[in-house]
Amino acid sequence: MNTGEKTNGGVGRGGARSAGSGAEVIEVTGLRRSYGADGRRTKGPQGRGDDKGRSGQGSFEAVRGIDFSVERGELFALLGTNGAGKTSTLELLEGLALPTAGQVRILGHDPFRERRKVRPRVGVMLQEGGLPAELTPAETVRMWAGCTSGARPVDEALGSVGLERRRDVRVKQLSGGERRRLDLALALLGRPEVLFLDEPTTGLDTEARHATWELVRELRDSGTTIVLTTHYLEEAEELADRLAILHEGRIAAAGHVADVVAAHPSHISFELPTGFHLGDLPPLGELGVLGHETDGRTVRLRTDDLQRAATGVLVWARDKGVALGDLDVRSASLEEAFLHIAKGLENS
Amino acid sequence: MSASVREAGGIERAGTSAETGAAARLLALGRAELTLLGRNKTALTTSLVIPVALAFAMKGAVENMVAGTGLSVGSALLPATLGYVLVFAVYSSLTGSYTARREELVLKRLRTGELRDLEILAGTALPAVLLGLVQCVLLVVLGGVLLGAGPPTAPHLLVAGVLLGMAATVGFAALSSVLAKSAEGAQLAVLPFMMVSLAGSGMVVPLDILPERVASLLELLPLSPAMELIRAGWTGGAGLKETVGQLITGLVWAGLALFAVQRWFRWEPRR
Repeated sequence: MNTGEKTNGGVGRGGARSAGSGAEVIEVTGLRRSYGADGRRTKGPQGRGDDKGRSGQGSFEAVRGIDFSVERGELFALLGTNGAGKTSTLELLEGLALPTAGQVRILGHDPFRERRKVRPRVGVMLQEGGLPAELTPAETVRMWAGCTSGARPVDEALGSVGLERRRDVRVKQLSGGERRRLDLALALLGRPEVLFLDEPTTGLDTEARHATWELVRELRDSGTTIVLTTHYLEEAEELADRLAILHEGRIAAAGHVADVVAAHPSHISFELPTGFHLGDLPPLGELGVLGHETDGRTVRLRTDDLQRAATGVLVWARDKGVALGDLDVRSASLEEAFLHIAKGLENS
Repeated sequence: MSASVREAGGIERAGTSAETGAAARLLALGRAELTLLGRNKTALTTSLVIPVALAFAMKGAVENMVAGTGLSVGSALLPATLGYVLVFAVYSSLTGSYTARREELVLKRLRTGELRDLEILAGTALPAVLLGLVQCVLLVVLGGVLLGAGPPTAPHLLVAGVLLGMAATVGFAALSSVLAKSAEGAQLAVLPFMMVSLAGSGMVVPLDILPERVASLLELLPLSPAMELIRAGWTGGAGLKETVGQLITGLVWAGLALFAVQRWFRWEPRR
């Protein structure tokens, strides 16, 4: 029976791949999610009648029309500030709730209505909690293994996240980071085809975070499709093939990391030397500057052509024989793009 | 498991043998819950000590009550003790478990896995139900000797009563947990059902010795049919018509509880 499981598991995956409609493992269209006044609106279709009257007051739309798709073997990151709708979106992908509108397809199925077809092929790590405090990691993994198709052996699962030496300590005595890693071990237990990770490295120290990144990278390289949320931009830059930045329930920017970054300008900032005015600089348009802001004597220039703009400013300073205080030349980064989106849309 | 048969024909179907079965999932969850119950001294004490302690406390009162009614002390007290097991070892302890698991997000986490919703509820209930059944068996054997109740004359009615009682208490435990926001809150949330059952379902005063009209109303309470059937295990029951009526009432309550749980059970803490 054991050998049967293994060979057929492999065949099953191949079969599913060829049967699917192309390489898209996750398809999200027009996704919306509202919370009613008592937060139960999304629980199930049967609740709708009751909540109709209440939905106007105190209801909140956390996800406001989202579309994206993820291909097999891709790592897709959902970024956003707190309250941007990351977890609300992820819970819909995980099939924990029904969307208010729109559609989710995971491996060609509805993750809520066709839970039984989807669950054996998916691994989930929630944002927090979910581990009984009085069980040990070994007992927790053993329990989950009994409920997971094709589960890995307990010690292998614990070893993969570096918890083998903590296997018999109560969960309540584990550190926050150790609990995160145990949670990850549970998500990986059934060697899932699709993995959902909600802030997988929050609370981890630097070393553990890098170990987790390494693990996630290995999973992606072995063909696992991964969606993760994070508010560490570095994490998204390290791991993501593509990402979407959520802002107030909508996708504000999406694409390959390089494209998202490239769509945002680079910056030069410096302090104007005493006795000089903004007008004394060479014509900004000729330097390729798109726009500028001043704050006291600090000048901040935005440009798509950082080399031309920086050269222009520096040559001007040398010719005038002045020093530019607090000079900062910064090429576009995900952080800049992220802050720009968070700030820019807030202002509008 | 035929639900998971996908495209690729015969080869694919064999692949489903790797998927877990409902029994295996229930057992895995039940085992973990049993470990947790073993480590929860408060719940364990409530489950094991209170039913027996209550039976001892009630002994004198029952002796007075049944004097001249034709009932024996044993056949009045022993069924009541089984009722205490249902209320304290199953209902009360399980309400606490469901609440605690929801508040520590264990239920939400479990729902991301392959367990179906009812399996999560059943698996969580498994150790409490098991402990309750073991207590019932021990009480029937020991109580029969110590209280002189003798072996049950209609064991099939006793078994039916205990099973109906289990179904009702598990269902109401899940429902009561909806009212509680913490394990401490659960101790309050159990009071209404506990009081109604102790007072109205023949666990303190056998319904037989109450006025006809009062009794016929109290017979409709959720645990009354279970208690009546358990008592009938020793008395032989009042006839087929009564027994069928009790079975129907009990099944209706179990069905209502199941429906209500599917409709109103909360899997996550309130936001």
